Amino acid sequence: MHKEFLMGNAAIALGAIAAGLDTVSGYPGTPSSEVLETVAKHNDGHIYAEWSVNEKAGMELAAGAAYCGAYSMVTMKQVGLNVASDPLMSLAYIGVKGAMVVMVADDPGPISSQTEQDTRTFAAFSKLPCFDPSTVQEAYWMIGEAFEYSAKYGTPVLFRPTTRVCHAYASIDVLDRDEYKTHENGGFVKDKRWVIFPQLSYNSHIAIEKRNRELGSVFSGYKRNVLTHGTLSRNGKRLGIAAGGISYAYVSECIESRGHVPALLKVSTPFPFPEKLAVDFLSSVDEVLCLEELDPVIERELVFLCGKYHLDTVIRGKYTDDAVLAGENSADYTKETVCRFCGYDVALPAALPQSPELPKRPPVLCAGCPHRASFYAVKRAMKVEKAVFCGDIGCYTLGNAMPLDMVDTCLCMGAGVNIAQGIGRIEPDTKCFAFVGDSTFFASAVTGVINGVYNQADMVLVVLDNSTTAMTGHQPHPGTGRTMMGEVVEKVDIESVLRGAGVTVVETVDPFDLAHAIEVVRQTAEKKGVKAIIFRSPCAVLIKPSKPLAIDKSRCTECKNCIRQLGCPGLVLDDEGRAMIEPALCTGCGLCAQVCPAHCIGGAGND
Amino acid sequence: MTDLIITGVGGQGIVLTSKLIAAAAMEKGYDVMSAETIGMAQKGGSVVSCLRIGNAIKAPMFPKGSADILIGFEPAETVRMLPYLKKGGTVILNTHPIMPVTAALTGGSYSGSDMVHYLESLDIRLVSLDADKLCREAGSPKVLNMIMLGAAVNSGVLPFTLDDAEAVMRKTVKPQFAEMNAKALRCAVTA
Ligand code: SF4
Ligand code: SF4
Repeated sequence: MHKEFLMGNAAIALGAIAAGLDTVSGYPGTPSSEVLETVAKHNDGHIYAEWSVNEKAGMELAAGAAYCGAYSMVTMKQVGLNVASDPLMSLAYIGVKGAMVVMVADDPGPISSQTEQDTRTFAAFSKLPCFDPSTVQEAYWMIGEAFEYSAKYGTPVLFRPTTRVCHAYASIDVLDRDEYKTHENGGFVKDKRWVIFPQLSYNSHIAIEKRNRELGSVFSGYKRNVLTHGTLSRNGKRLGIAAGGISYAYVSECIESRGHVPALLKVSTPFPFPEKLAVDFLSSVDEVLCLEELDPVIERELVFLCGKYHLDTVIRGKYTDDAVLAGENSADYTKETVCRFCGYDVALPAALPQSPELPKRPPVLCAGCPHRASFYAVKRAMKVEKAVFCGDIGCYTLGNAMPLDMVDTCLCMGAGVNIAQGIGRIEPDTKCFAFVGDSTFFASAVTGVINGVYNQADMVLVVLDNSTTAMTGHQPHPGTGRTMMGEVVEKVDIESVLRGAGVTVVETVDPFDLAHAIEVVRQTAEKKGVKAIIFRSPCAVLIKPSKPLAIDKSRCTECKNCIRQLGCPGLVLDDEGRAMIEPALCTGCGLCAQVCPAHCIGGAGND
Repeated sequence: MTDLIITGVGGQGIVLTSKLIAAAAMEKGYDVMSAETIGMAQKGGSVVSCLRIGNAIKAPMFPKGSADILIGFEPAETVRMLPYLKKGGTVILNTHPIMPVTAALTGGSYSGSDMVHYLESLDIRLVSLDADKLCREAGSPKVLNMIMLGAAVNSGVLPFTLDDAEAVMRKTVKPQFAEMNAKALRCAVTA
């Protein structure tokens, strides 16, 4: 054993490798992506690692591997689980032969997600055991234990850290290579158990319910579910706190070094709930505060147990408005809430004098981002038309910001293609555009295109092809021709896919050739049926920038068109309030030079 | 236990600074926890890294009024994180302001010297330096984090010395940049 300073996601990856991981698949999504990347980085060659085309594909691949007796893991963020839920719901009935961990990262806040859904609730819905780590060190050990329980009970298990565990760093104990576990795979053995049928599902359903009851008592003895007795009473009532995840870490820090502390129940397996342990806790206190993020999972279980065992313990939390309904539990919030409940002195720091007004730094598309050029070309082309712009999930969601203002709808991955069709059915005189990135195109837009072609929809699909999955940290995908095993492979060509699906109008354009791009958009939008425009230009972060441009001040008319139309971070105001290009930021993409009516933006040195 | 906040704007090398401090503290036998903002929160935006050095740390983030030292790479971001500093805590400040990338569009610019004056008016231990100017003297904007790290170590709040910091730096950066970084690490001391 030795110490390493690791990100939570890296700890999960190394813990999985130490447990005997054979296969990892997944789809990128903040805050989960670094798990698979770390496995690939530390792969000595015996693990198969892939970025799958989407979460459903990744889930099914992991299932297939585990059917053979392998230890497999699939990684995704919480909304990715929605995509993968079809195979997972059935897999719960089928089970696995080796071991399979479904690593789903939740994102309270939400910090970079569409929803605040709770994978612990999904665990109860899918009837699958769920592990919820509260620190980086715990995540390292717990992922190994998740594999052990999975192997022992022949079922996939959920492992759900949250952003503050995934993205925290800590110096932790990790195993040396010679301490890693190994196992025999045994291979795939043909058997009726792998084929889901109504009778099998009926029998499995009963077995699952019985197993989960058993797990409820097994988990009462699981060392990471912990009951610490307390001595704190208020108004004659003995107090207790129940918590899980990062909230538990904050609570324990807040109560340490206090004279009298409340009883503390740490829940690391929110499903199946450690019933016996929880009843011991409930019987030892009169009033309980539940601190957890997202859904009131622990709270609901405790309320249920009070009913089941006729306990008159008062349960406080989200249902009683004693805890916030949404967002993350910060260290500050947890401290204040715990102190109020326990009657501790909060000792808030003295207020600071009023500071000068602080600038906002909202997220924007990078300087030189090709998406800016693509959005701008479509905007110009549709200036006088009635048009709707359906967006999607990725960096290009930022196309909603002023001055581009080019995202009218955004729902979930791949939704824009079908939403555009729906709007077109009700408003046939509207030009309906759907914007989708290259990775999203493969992940979930292809079916929408086929739907439109088959059903004779009228729409323009705009594929923003920057040859990467930019938002989540530049992962490869089918169109990049690079795999997580390091192989260079034939790219899946977007244009061929579209043509193969029956899209006859497919235009590939360089968005930085502005006049041409505008003309292509205008002409394409006039045509009938499903049309596609592929704006192809690499992500600005991935390529070496060209020489920055400069504004010839002697010819600049100070109209500020460049700034007002594009919102590129490279365009700033100088001390005299005139437009200027910040050479440290400008990538020399040339877009602003094509927008300036005075033609005074050119190569540096004002040639 | 020593609690730190390192703050600034994406691209200033904050994450690397945080890693170097962690490595130096671990060499001294301490445990370290930290947390950073990454993902959508980071694009062109404020970057904050919380770091805790000690032996019984439970959580990577801490409540307001706890930090022993705030290393501010940018004045407005430093003011933003000030509530996390404990009473009488130390602030290492780079006085060079960075306007938001959207300032030209929204008129959201501000005065860096207003921020500096505000900080000077408070009951804190303030170490100000124009680190961008020092960078120019050192010949590379890339050494900004070394200059800030050097000033922080020099304040005596961190549980290791400049020599310790230099040793971990040499293990991290490419050898051809080691000398330049070593010099930058000490330039706040000699300046
Ligand atoms: S668009 Fe051209 S003329 Fe107008 S402010 Fe910008 S650089 Fe000057
Ligand atoms: S050329 Fe103009 S639009 Fe392109 S990055 Fe530079 S300032 Fe921005």
